[in-house]
Amino acid sequence: MQKVYTRIDSIAGNVITVRAEGVRNGDLAVVTSAHGESLANVIKLNHDVVSLQVFSGARGISTGDKVRFLGVPMRVSYSDDLLGRIFNGAGKPRDNGPELTENLIEIGGPSVNPAKRIIPRNMIRTGIPMIDLFNTLVESQKLPIFSVSGEPYNEVLARIAMQAEVDLIILGGMGLKYDDYLYFRDTLEESGAKNRTIFFVHTASDPTVECLLVPDISLAVAEQFALDGKKVLVLLTDMTNFADSMKEIAITMEQVPSNRGYPGDLYSSLASRYEKAVDFEGAGSVTILAATTMPGDDVTHPVPDNTGYITEGQFYLRHGRIEPFGSLSRLKQQVNSDTRDDHRALMDGMIKLYASYKEALEKKAMGFQMSEWDEKLLKYGEMFEDKMMDLSVNIPLEEALDLGWKILAACFEPRESGIRSELIQRYWPEELT
Amino acid sequence: MAERYGLVTGVDGNMVSVEFEGDIFQNEVGFILVGDQRLKSEVIRITGKSASLQVFEMTGGIGVGDKVEFSGEMLSVELGPGLLTQIYDGLQNPLPQLAAQCGFFLQRGVYLKPIPDKEWRFTPVAKKGDKVIAGSTLGTVPEGIFSHKIMVPFDLPKGNWVVESIKKEGSYNVRDEIATISDGKGGKRSLSMVFSWPIKRPITAYVERLQPREPLIIQSRPIDTFFPVAKGGTYCIPGPFGAGKTVLQHMTSRNAAVDIVIIAACGERAGEVVETLKEFPELLDPRTGRTLMERTIIVCNTSSMPVAAREASVYTGVTIAEYYRQMGLDVLLLADSTSRWAQAMREMSGRLEEIPGEEAFPAYLESVIASFYERAGLVVLQDGSQGSVTIGGTVSPAGGNFEEPVTQATLKVVGAFHGLSRERSDARKYPAIDPLESWSKYPSPINYDKVEWARDLLFRANEVSQMMKVVGEEGTSLDDYLLYLKGELLDDVYLQQNSYDEIDSACPLDRQVLVFDLLFKVLGSKFKLGSKREARSFINDLRQMFIDWNGTARDDKNFEKYEKEINHLIDEKFIEYERQVAKIVEG
Ligand SMILES: Nc1ncnc2c1ncn2[C@@H]1O[C@H](COP(=O)(O)OP(=O)(O)O)[C@@H](O)[C@H]1O
Ligand SMILES: [Mg+2]
Repeated sequence: MQKVYTRIDSIAGNVITVRAEGVRNGDLAVVTSAHGESLANVIKLNHDVVSLQVFSGARGISTGDKVRFLGVPMRVSYSDDLLGRIFNGAGKPRDNGPELTENLIEIGGPSVNPAKRIIPRNMIRTGIPMIDLFNTLVESQKLPIFSVSGEPYNEVLARIAMQAEVDLIILGGMGLKYDDYLYFRDTLEESGAKNRTIFFVHTASDPTVECLLVPDISLAVAEQFALDGKKVLVLLTDMTNFADSMKEIAITMEQVPSNRGYPGDLYSSLASRYEKAVDFEGAGSVTILAATTMPGDDVTHPVPDNTGYITEGQFYLRHGRIEPFGSLSRLKQQVNSDTRDDHRALMDGMIKLYASYKEALEKKAMGFQMSEWDEKLLKYGEMFEDKMMDLSVNIPLEEALDLGWKILAACFEPRESGIRSELIQRYWPEELT
Repeated sequence: MAERYGLVTGVDGNMVSVEFEGDIFQNEVGFILVGDQRLKSEVIRITGKSASLQVFEMTGGIGVGDKVEFSGEMLSVELGPGLLTQIYDGLQNPLPQLAAQCGFFLQRGVYLKPIPDKEWRFTPVAKKGDKVIAGSTLGTVPEGIFSHKIMVPFDLPKGNWVVESIKKEGSYNVRDEIATISDGKGGKRSLSMVFSWPIKRPITAYVERLQPREPLIIQSRPIDTFFPVAKGGTYCIPGPFGAGKTVLQHMTSRNAAVDIVIIAACGERAGEVVETLKEFPELLDPRTGRTLMERTIIVCNTSSMPVAAREASVYTGVTIAEYYRQMGLDVLLLADSTSRWAQAMREMSGRLEEIPGEEAFPAYLESVIASFYERAGLVVLQDGSQGSVTIGGTVSPAGGNFEEPVTQATLKVVGAFHGLSRERSDARKYPAIDPLESWSKYPSPINYDKVEWARDLLFRANEVSQMMKVVGEEGTSLDDYLLYLKGELLDDVYLQQNSYDEIDSACPLDRQVLVFDLLFKVLGSKFKLGSKREARSFINDLRQMFIDWNGTARDDKNFEKYEKEINHLIDEKFIEYERQVAKIVEG
């Protein structure tokens, strides 16, 4: 029989301690209080003092409430019944559907053996030139959008999700605004994708600890579907809220903070989630697209900074556009050698020129006379921003490449492009030279 | 050592507290028994009858009262033939074999033999009665392209040890006895081809250490020419995320002129290791005609693998490097990223509640980093031959700011610094090595005066470029403007090198000399140019030609044509060398 403990020794933040025996690290418990039942899990053991984080929060918990240990770690039900459903961070239904209790799988499981990974090779087409041409997205990639609140990062996530040819979309919402939650739900419903979508949603008004569980639960389910051969796209928004929940628990546990109050294991904690992105040999894949808002629009803030070191690139979304600077897809070279043979040269060449444009723009702002070369750059920069960067542009890669050459030819002489003569001979639009 | 066991009294993250009986020692390996699993861990603090252990595995499921067994050994690696081509985790667990046994996922508590049970063709070198000391050669076995020396274990105490018996030429299992030695005072040891060595202790079985001077060519123009690495030296590559640290290391692991490359993928992406381990078995090393994998060992403890083992991984790598150095080989250890190793130390230090230093790193961070890089070196071995370990580590500074503790501590001890800049990588100027910030204490394989002069030109061109931001192009003289353009040219066609271009990605030394000499002529000459516009046009033409030339294979018919055309273009406008340059050219 599971023993019930009726004495809670301490309550701080969302962490409670009880004196108990035979408890194991990570085990689940049920805390019963006047407000109902909540799950909790063990995060520290010290002799018989057991620390637990309470999923629905410790608010209102009394020292006389009951704690019952379940002897198992946190798990989630896995089956096709998940499809089309909406759950909270603890895996409880948020829609009116039934609770799922069959076929439980562990969350936060071990990582994939690097020797079993394969080199990713499938491009994900988005129709967005700033992605397809300059920073190609690849199946099994892990990649966040770096942005600030007010920017349409959730819209971009939804747009890519709709366009991507995947079998399954899992949305992990953390601190999601209710409106954004409804936006995702309605967008997916309208496009008819709802029955291949699973939601694990923590909204801004839900308890902190549940926010912490969202990535693990979403990714555990994604991983299982991938093992069963499905191409899964996981959207995690907003990972900064996840990191902040971690910070909250760490401070409660009196851990030594390393940087601006974040715990020393911030990097490892983010990495163990993002590294769940994988392409399984002979089975499916998990691709992770995330949103990471940058507090104070500061990319050196610990959350975006650590994220950038972990993920396979990032898209900078600023003023409603994906910026060429700072945006990066580290996997692009796995696929852009097989698209078209001018892809790589154009991708680098155009950005180099865009960098020169930015310098010319600076000079202009200082009031200097513009040389002939500066004028060319200014023209180029404007065309580039207008025809390539604007998010309303939706064209296939091949058209974007052709467009790139047209822009170059409209602004420069071939030898000013920095691109090899051999490619220029084949691709430089004739009528304009 | 009877009855040495302990019981778990607490679990906090990856640290476990234990109460123990008998004697245990600092850094001793212990195993926590959880169900039917044995979880490897290391003693990192002892106070009275309780000890703190860092666990090299995930700690879910550990409970108070679980038994702990102590092994009597420090964390060690196995050394012997069969290390090459292996892919290990930070504790030297062979990952492909683990995958064969456990499938897609890493399973905790499974530890396989690092060195495969295999027969090797042994040729004795020592004879019965020979005197031996730690590191003496007993015989050799052919391991791929190398003659692998079977050595007397490095932990052999001093004494009058002689060979008592040694096996004849023949095939033996790697763990069979191949020799016995004795010290005449009752000391006797049975030796096989394998022995172990604690990873945190440097191997010192050599005669003396020498100053590293000989360039280690890695076929990168900016590095070999301007910021060279030396055999037995050390260097670091700090840079913000996405600046190109890993790509640079990856290119180095392919192209470096060394015998053996050890890649320590420390706390970074698993996907990056996969590229190496899938590509290297397919790629031929032009120097040997064999696959690159045959000279490579990968130690990978990627970011989602347990943190404590990440800390061990760089030591595992450097110990294996030292072992091959003892055979008179040149070994290159590439550690990506040393910051993850430092962070692992920080995590542990926090759990031990040590007094935190800057950015919460432990106070001993500097000395630990220094003693790690100290394990590089060029040494003279007992037989007079030389071997070297070169260490190149990437650093991932928080916020891309080099003023942070790990970068600073590393800069104090390395011989070369390749600093990557965000500004350059944003503009896709790869490799994003900042030519004004970076430095090397090692000699360049290219003419010293020319290199120094060209580097000085970069500084002067940069000054002009800064001036132009104040006075505009119109306020800049034609001479200064040309100087600025020359700086841009040097950057565009020499300092930048595209790693994803089949030809440009690797530039052998003789080709560097050729290109540099021709470029030097452009940089060091006065030209007939009447206006800024003409100057820009002239430099643009040259740039186009150099770019085309850089992208042309050495044996392509166009190679010499481009060279001639460039010469022709220069000669058309050439007036004379600048004074200082004339002196250098005339020697
Ligand atoms: N030498 C290079 N040539 C071309 N592209 C490069 C080069 N170095 C880096 N890159 C680009 O930058 C990306 C990030 O480089 P990477 O080495 O992974 O950065 P870091 O390790 O510093 O985070 C690569 O995926 C590649 O697209
Ligand atoms: Mg890297």
